[in-house]
Amino acid sequence: MEPIVVKNLTKTFNGFKAVDSINFTVKKGEIFGLLGPNGAGKTTTIKMLVTLLKPSSGEAKVAGYDVVKQPNMVRKNIGIVFQEPTLDLELTAKENLDFHARLYGLNKKRREERIKEVLKLVDLYDKANLQVKKFSGGMQRRLEIARGLLHFPKVLFLDEPTLGLDAQTRRKIWDYIIEMKEREDVTIILTTHYIEEADKLCDRVAIIDKGKIIALDDPENLKKMVGEDVVSLTVNDPERLIDELALEEIRKIVRIEDRLELSVVKGEIMIPRMVEIAQKVGVEVKSVSLRKPTLEDVFIHLTGREIREESGKNAFWRR
Amino acid sequence: MELQGIYILWLRDLKRYIRARSRIIGSLGMPIFFLAFFGMGFRRVEIPSLPQNITYIDFLAPGIVSMVVLFTSTFSGISIVWDRQFGFLREIMVAPISRTTISLGRNLGGATTALIQGLIMIALSFLIGFKPSINGLLFAFVFMFLIAVAFTGIGIAISTFMHDIHGFQIVINFFVFPIFLLSGALFPISELPKFVATLALFDPLTYGVDGMRWAMIGYSEFNPLYDLAALLIFCVTIVFVSAALFSKMEVE
Ligand SMILES: Nc1ncnc2c1ncn2[C@@H]1O[C@H](COP(=O)(O)OP(=O)(O)O)[C@@H](O)[C@H]1O
Ligand SMILES: [Mg+2]
Repeated sequence: MEPIVVKNLTKTFNGFKAVDSINFTVKKGEIFGLLGPNGAGKTTTIKMLVTLLKPSSGEAKVAGYDVVKQPNMVRKNIGIVFQEPTLDLELTAKENLDFHARLYGLNKKRREERIKEVLKLVDLYDKANLQVKKFSGGMQRRLEIARGLLHFPKVLFLDEPTLGLDAQTRRKIWDYIIEMKEREDVTIILTTHYIEEADKLCDRVAIIDKGKIIALDDPENLKKMVGEDVVSLTVNDPERLIDELALEEIRKIVRIEDRLELSVVKGEIMIPRMVEIAQKVGVEVKSVSLRKPTLEDVFIHLTGREIREESGKNAFWRR
Repeated sequence: MELQGIYILWLRDLKRYIRARSRIIGSLGMPIFFLAFFGMGFRRVEIPSLPQNITYIDFLAPGIVSMVVLFTSTFSGISIVWDRQFGFLREIMVAPISRTTISLGRNLGGATTALIQGLIMIALSFLIGFKPSINGLLFAFVFMFLIAVAFTGIGIAISTFMHDIHGFQIVINFFVFPIFLLSGALFPISELPKFVATLALFDPLTYGVDGMRWAMIGYSEFNPLYDLAALLIFCVTIVFVSAALFSKMEVE
């Protein structure tokens, strides 16, 4: 039995389709990612799967139970870390976990062992008796992940698990998630708009945009859609250059403002040729870069847009 | 598991209450001053409908204790709005326990903290010169409990309509205060003009205050059994209504 099966799942808010007939299946033991920009419908999807929102149409089974018809059975079998924090800041870490364990009906002996175990998993055991309001953002996040795992869920939902954390803390959380996957018998579904997160953590990634899943595969296969290399050219007249670059070796060109993203086979050979063509037609090349495709390139390839507006890298590109 | 749920929700309320020491003291400030200053200021005032042998402070103290229970329990119920604001409500709402259980757990938790506040207020009123019947305190406790459960329920019901804490001030000024002032906590309702006195009969706290007063000083405007019945019916109704409203509430 698959831990999550989603069929034509749709959510409409006043006529606006936030989630538009999506289909996917998550396999046992994998980390499955939903990658997409803000407003793509990731959180709405998760909320339907965890029984907080009723689907407008379609159906979903989580841990074998229908999310509409058997919400209580679904709840028993899942752990959730929401996008926004849901801790009681007045209570200590241990009290938060104890509260959770009792809500999920763990008996005393199991409760104590398990609380210790999950606190150790996220390296918070020595902070067990500290009030959560004294925790940093990263520590709170770790505690929430520990809490999500506490009652031995079959499926763990992580909605933007590293949102708003600094890069170093983010990497640490990734390590915990990977360790968790290895040590616990749990299937994980996470959402993110961080490219690297989807790439590093997920066995398979569904790229979601405007409520629709536009690609679904493992990260390597997704990147193969784009090609071997990506060349990025910033020029003063991108439209003009696109017309001239109708070369067989260029599989696809996407223009983002004054920048051209080109999928090619041998980037290091193509760059001099492209620069030469630009010079010949009088287009000024301001900068050139070559890289292996990332999931961002996959998104650009599919939609002609970037995933994040506020990303540091993109900000640099845009100037 | 449902019982375990009620217990842990109750325990959480209690822990949060005990940790908020400054709030405990802060919220008792106003009623203490009410009792002390009204007690002193109206010491020699004669209220026609009040028997000669009852001093104003003895009359007032049960009312002020009721006030403390009223305010604490209503706020405690409304504190669900804070939980929503800080996200914690979601943690509770996705747990595999019923909404009714959650509502009952909160109700008991809120009522317990209100009871504790009420008991502290009784102890403090001793210091100010209030001399209640010691045996009667047991009955007073029953009335306090009913007031506490009922108004925590009211608070829970209100919280299902309030989506942020902005409405809080309105609830205090246009709901909690009128309930308090109408209840006969400060003066006998028979002193009120006819129309307002009739209104007071629809204030559930009226019966709580009257019952408390009967238990603590042996004076009441109604038959205490009548007080008990009225309050009990109100309390049970509210517990059901608040649980039903809470079950219907949408939490995303
Ligand atoms: N309760 C709601 N009412 C109306 N629109 C909503 C509601 N929740 C989400 N939306 C809209 O649905 C879209 C998807 O939101 P969301 O699922 O939160 O996206 P993501 O998590 O991918 O950033 C957004 O355009 C958002 O504004
Ligand atoms: Mg989201």
